[in-house]
Parts: sequence; structure tokens; C-alpha cells
Amino acid sequence: MLSLRIAIVATLVSLPFGIFVAYALARWHFPGKTLVAAIVYLPLVLPPVVTGYMLLLAFGRRGIFGSLLAALGIVLSFRWTGAALACAVMGFPLMVRAMRLSFEAVDPRLEQAAGTLGANPLLAFFLVSLPLAMPGVIAGATLAFARALGEFGATITFVSNIPGETQTIASAIYTFIQVPGGDPAALRLTLVSIAIALVAIVASEIFQRRGEKRLAGSA
Amino acid sequence: MIDVDVARRVPGFCLKVAFKNGAGITALFGRSGAGKSMTIGLVAGLAKPDRGRIVLDDRVLVDTQKRIFVPSHKRRIGVVFQDSHLFPHFGVRQNLLFGRWFAPRGARSVGFDAVVQTLGIAHLLERAPATLSGGERQRIAIGRALLSDPRLLLLDEPFAALDLQNRLEILPLIERLRDEFKIPILYVSHAVEEVARLAAWAVVLDDGQVVAQGDPADVLRPAFGEDPRFASASILAMQVGRRDTAYGLTQLIHPAGSIWIAGGAGMQGGRVRVVVQATNVTLAASRPQGLSVQGALEGRIARVETSGALALVEIELVGEGRLSAMATRRALDDLGLRRGDLVFALVKTAAIDERLVGGTSSAPARNAG
Repeated sequence: MLSLRIAIVATLVSLPFGIFVAYALARWHFPGKTLVAAIVYLPLVLPPVVTGYMLLLAFGRRGIFGSLLAALGIVLSFRWTGAALACAVMGFPLMVRAMRLSFEAVDPRLEQAAGTLGANPLLAFFLVSLPLAMPGVIAGATLAFARALGEFGATITFVSNIPGETQTIASAIYTFIQVPGGDPAALRLTLVSIAIALVAIVASEIFQRRGEKRLAGSA
Repeated sequence: MIDVDVARRVPGFCLKVAFKNGAGITALFGRSGAGKSMTIGLVAGLAKPDRGRIVLDDRVLVDTQKRIFVPSHKRRIGVVFQDSHLFPHFGVRQNLLFGRWFAPRGARSVGFDAVVQTLGIAHLLERAPATLSGGERQRIAIGRALLSDPRLLLLDEPFAALDLQNRLEILPLIERLRDEFKIPILYVSHAVEEVARLAAWAVVLDDGQVVAQGDPADVLRPAFGEDPRFASASILAMQVGRRDTAYGLTQLIHPAGSIWIAGGAGMQGGRVRVVVQATNVTLAASRPQGLSVQGALEGRIARVETSGALALVEIELVGEGRLSAMATRRALDDLGLRRGDLVFALVKTAAIDERLVGGTSSAPARNAG
């Protein structure tokens, strides 16, 4: 399942960045914070085609980053890795939003307490803030994953619709319903994508509830 | 020892404090908004002063001129906050051990078992913080701070959120900490009784300034409060005298006389501080006979301050110390009492909360301030 691989890679690779950006937006005050937030949330409001086209301009073979990466032997455009990048960019705002909210809900005085006990800020983050924000982190990752599975517009613009290379479940369904007699195949894929989505949502609900239960202290 | 001399300005408030502490417990005393918590934050490294110096045991923690600022995690100052701030995702045991992971191995002078025993928390170790009562949470928070092997312990009104019963259970614990672990403690409070009971030295803050510092019995007057009539109180340093077991009373001795309190007050001969509300003191011009009041303290009137129908009388007691008494102006005139006159102050036994009478450590720690 190419779609699944693309979505998983997109989610996992963007996860550390998502956590970092979410924490920075939740906790730190720095100049240009509003601008950073705007850029992060931009793909949420832009038409996906625009995002895809911008990716193509930037990461295409002759794009600013694309040509640099090509020199290193990494080509993103019209490859599955490019599809993963498009999915990651589209899912990023959803991921950051959920995580930022849960980081903001963590009492900063708990981090201060960890500091007075001798934990440096990095350790305080990994031992206190991250575990406490875990339900939101999981929710954010799930949302990004779901977005990656369903991503269509940016992907098709950036990496086209090449069977076996960049054809995701969404673009495959689109292809099938364009050709005569493709309906049964489209329906099959539709059921598959519903199943994946359900599993993802149920799994994240379970994780989240377990996290909340632990915090409520049912020892 | 900590030596603090800092200034910090935030919108609407200006803090400028300088003080030192000694061994034992030093109280930061003042009404809310006086700058106590801000001072604690500066000492703990949770905020930066605009200018000033903080030195702990010859180690410079803050020096704005030399641009030194040691972050809180390197200061080795334990803090117990008003609400315990336990980590909700860890159990009690992990909370207690949290700071231990970071304390330098060679410096572990505080034993886990000793802390658990002193605080009486052995039965709570496997619980989750969310299931604990307020008093239990504070005890865990104190243990957690102790186990990080701090060179100084900051207690920021640790009992403000607790009810009287819980507070009375924890106060003796603080005394045990002071005597057993030998870690200097900076104790923030706005409760005269707590400071009188625990502290060897008190620093009185008001509106961001240090207005007095010294022995609690000397500096905690005049009292702070909304209504001076009920807020005025004096602190008397006394010695535990004999016990009347048949009636369950204990005599407290002062050079100016003695008073009786209900219940016990520790070892005979031990030194205690007693908080006496001015409204619970009755004045007599001669040594009283045949009254239900069981104690009289002799002294001379040092000051009379009238306000409406009432008068606040300050009595310079024989030996040492001052006692405030609240009376009506008419009573003073009827007795013909004026400044410099000899009086006997009667303290009602039932008016003293014996649970708040506490021992200062056997060898009172003082410093030159």
C-alpha cells in the first residue's frame, strides 16, 4: 500500500518538527512569532493546488531547494518521497494546532518545579511537558496521518499521478472513476480508505483515554 | 547562608530587598502583595532581577554587574510552592525521586528512608498525586524538594491552601526538618503564628521593601491586617514551666510573671513563643486576686494609642518583650492608667491556641543580619 507508506513516512518525519514548532508557539515569545504561526497554518487555508504548485516551484528539479537536493542525489518531484513531502506539509498545520493546544494546557509551573529540582530545560521537556501533552501529540499525529491519507490536491499538483510511484489512494480513486467500468475498483478503494481511517481514529481515542486515565490517577 | 540584595521593577510594583539568613528558619513575612513570592522567584532563579546580587554559600548565583545568572536547575535550591506542583503523570515515589536523578552523586546527604519517615509518607508511596489530600500533597512536595539535596529550601506559603487542621499537622514536620536535616530554610508566610513558632529570624516586607528584620518576637509588631483591633498581637518568648496533669494545663514562665495554657507545650525548660491577641489581654492596676484568669504579667505602659472608643496599650514587660493590650478608653481613665504606669496584664488561658505554641530550636540560631 503506497498510500499507507506515504502517510506513515509523512507523519513520522514531520512529528519532531511538529512537536518543536508546537512547543515553541505555545511557550516561547520571540519576534516574528505571529509570522511563523501564519506560515505554519497557511496550507490549512490555501487551496491545496496552490500549496502543491509552490512545492513544485521550490522543490522541483529547477526549484531553489530542489536543485540543491538534486545535487545531493535527492529528487522529490514525481517521486513517492515528494508525495510524502506534500502530505507532510498539508498535515503539518493540523498536527501543530492540536499539539500547541495541549502544550499550552500543561502548567508551566510544573516545568519550573522540574527546574528547581535540577532538571535542565531539555530534560524537563522530555520528562514533564511531553508526557503531559502526549494525548494532544497523539491526536495531532493522527490528524496529520488522516490528512496524509486523504491528501489529493497538493500531491497531484506536485508529483502528479503516476501508478506505483506517486499514485495515492485518493488519486487512484479519482483515476478509476474517470475511466468507464472503473466504479467497482473505486468502491473497493473507498472501503479500504474508510477502514484505515476508522482504525486510526479508534486507535488514537484509545491512546488518548489511556493517557487521561493515568493523569486522573486511577492507581 | 544566602545573601540577597536585588531590585526588580514590573508594571505597578517595585521590589527592592536586601537581607541575609542564618541557620535554621528565616521567615519572609508580609501581607499579600508585599513582594514575598517575587523575592522567592528571584532567589530560585525563576525570574531575573533588574539589578543586584544573590550569593549562596560563597557561590555567586546572580550578579547583574558581572552578568552572572545561574539558571534555576543549577542553583540547588529546593522550592515548595503554594500548590504542590506534583507531576501528575508520575506516582508519589517517582515524584520524590525526581530531583535525586539530578543531584550530584557525592552530595547526597539526605536519605530517602529518613525523609519518608520524617514526613510520615510511607503509606503514600505507591499512590498517584491526584488521589492525595492537600496536606498529603504538600508533604510529598516537601519530600521531593528535600531529596534533591538542596543547599537552601524555599517554602512559599506552603500551607496557605490548607485548612487549620492540616496546617497544625504539618507545622511540627517543618520543625523536625529544621532540626534533623540542617538545611537552611527560607519560609514565606503571612501568618504571625507560623512565623512565631518556626522562625529564628524574620524579614518583614511591605510594598516591596524590607521594613524590619530581626527576632520574630521583636519585629512582628505592629500586626498586619485589615482591622487593627483584631489583628494586633504580640509574640512572647517564654519558657515551659510545670505541668498540672490533673487539669491538663501547662505553665509558661516569663520574667514578668507566668501564664497557663491548655494542653502541653513540649519539654519542661524548653523555649517557646506564644502569640497573644491584644483583644485577649485584660489590664489591672494592681496584682489581681480571685479572678478566673490564671496568669498575670507585670510591666510598664510604654505607649497608648487611642482610636475612637478603644485604646491600644503597649506594655514594656519586666525582663524582655512587649505586650499589646486592647482596652476601652474609659477603662484606662477609670483605672487612671497612663504612660509609665505599672500594670498587670491578664491573659485568658482559653484564648491561646495551644496547638500553635511551638518550640524554637533548643539552641536558638541567631545571626547578625
